[in-house]
Amino acid sequence: MEHVDFSLVDWSRAQFALTAMYHYLFVPLTLGLSFIVAFMETQYVRTSNPEWKRITKFWMTLFGINFAIGVATGLILEFEFGTNWSNYSWFVGDIFGAPLAIEGIMAFFLESTFIAVMFFGWNKVSKKFHLISTWLVAIGSNLSALWILVANAWMQYPAGMKFNPDMARNEMVNFWEVLFSPVAMNKFFHTVTSAYVLSSVFVIGVSAWFLLKHRELLFAKKSIIVASVFGLVASLLIIITGDGSARNMAQHQPMKFAAMENLYKGQQNAPLAVIGLLQKNHTDTIIRKQDFTFKIEIPSLLSIMAFQDANAYVPGVDDLVNGNKQHNILSYKERTEKGKISIMSLAEYKNAKKTGNDSIANVALTKFEENYAHFGYGYYANRDVNELVPNIPLTFYSFRIMVGLGFHFIALFLVILILTKKDKIGKKRFILYTALWSIPLAYIASELGWIVAEVGRQPWVIQDILPSIAAVSQIKPASVQLTFWLFFVIFTGLLIAEIKIMLSQIKKGPEPESVDLKTN
Amino acid sequence: MLKNIFQFYFQGFKNMTIGKKLWTIIIIKLGIIFLILKLFFFPNFLNTNFKTDEERSNYIINQLTK
Repeated sequence: MEHVDFSLVDWSRAQFALTAMYHYLFVPLTLGLSFIVAFMETQYVRTSNPEWKRITKFWMTLFGINFAIGVATGLILEFEFGTNWSNYSWFVGDIFGAPLAIEGIMAFFLESTFIAVMFFGWNKVSKKFHLISTWLVAIGSNLSALWILVANAWMQYPAGMKFNPDMARNEMVNFWEVLFSPVAMNKFFHTVTSAYVLSSVFVIGVSAWFLLKHRELLFAKKSIIVASVFGLVASLLIIITGDGSARNMAQHQPMKFAAMENLYKGQQNAPLAVIGLLQKNHTDTIIRKQDFTFKIEIPSLLSIMAFQDANAYVPGVDDLVNGNKQHNILSYKERTEKGKISIMSLAEYKNAKKTGNDSIANVALTKFEENYAHFGYGYYANRDVNELVPNIPLTFYSFRIMVGLGFHFIALFLVILILTKKDKIGKKRFILYTALWSIPLAYIASELGWIVAEVGRQPWVIQDILPSIAAVSQIKPASVQLTFWLFFVIFTGLLIAEIKIMLSQIKKGPEPESVDLKTN
Repeated sequence: MLKNIFQFYFQGFKNMTIGKKLWTIIIIKLGIIFLILKLFFFPNFLNTNFKTDEERSNYIINQLTK
């Protein structure tokens, strides 16, 4: 891997990032709005108040628009796996097969079947059956997300698998270990709860627009109450799962954690920089060191976040790159050597198998397995170790903006809930405008979360095992570049269509109950 | 039973308003994804270039160990 075509790697990465980010513009609203609609319909069935039916149908229509525009955009990511990332696809094939197959079946049966009842079934099936269908759509969409997040979590923390050197691919040895790995469970709950927050902000923002326009006041206030309670509960869960993410990251992806915190030198009682400004460092001799020009710290909080112990030692970028014997941290040089042994042993094993020399094959296999945990580092034996450090400023700032916005949403939910309960929200135009303009902020926070997760783990496609330089297909960079722009045009078109249809439907507002049979 | 299910979907689609626009978008989108992107721009690299799993695994091992 000494001669890597970086334009191929970079364009392939850029294309995957573009499609994943666009895809994720559609996903979170589906995940959260489905539950909000289910809560609203539950209120309708419980109270038989027709106003709740109008409210449910309005938000259900927006859910339908988002679902229709976003559906199948994720398929493009699977095309990219097969074309641009064939080494990776083969390497992980069996791990991904089961979760993605379950996702496909689940999405098809649960979502597709019950979505039809949800939209076409008003006045045709019983109220209770309709409500059950709405809940099953919500549960189905969220379970679909579970499987794709399990697959993603496996790349961050490969558990429950064994590498088969004859087939050059990982094979699942324990499905439950893959599904219930601490990283997978935490990632699922953190991602879906963040989607619930985004959806709550969306509902509150749109309702705020109605209040600003002095339209549909009762509809808007009832919607705000459901969404702000849902958003508050989801926000509390995000704090818990966010804490879990930090601990998982500190244990399994210490470089991502150090980059996210801009921690260069590891320390005990490590402080957390709540706010910080990074200084550009031009010193070539120091690996990716970024000094702070300004910071506000909370003493020992980083150690507590990472290991639930104020005295715990949190390794920094320097410890991970150069090693730290006192804390049993191997240097990247040592890991690249072990990785190289692992790669060479795999080649030896394959050759010995081909010539029928079983004793050499067995020795090579033992050496390979002993060093497999460092396999991916072998590709950096003759390369700059800087390539093994992710983009620190991007990870650091993305995390802080995301968390800052998270607290902004909590404050918004609380304030707007109290004001609506006291029936004073209609006069608070500043709060209403804040709620409205928080809609794009929720999308920004959501994307930033993925930037922390995915940029922070670079260069790994599979943590410590497979870097992006070894995962790409040997195809022409120009073809990847062409499809990058093709996707950019298609996705932008879909986004514009979504926004236009959404806005026109919002401006129309909820239909009067008498004519609402044709609103689906 | 089957007739009822057919009628349920038929009436549902017939009475759609905004749904018609959305279905048009879905159909165009799926057409672009499967008939243009998948066919012309995204062939499966390993399936196109190799016939058997053995050939594919040998190629990958060569790629990973070169």
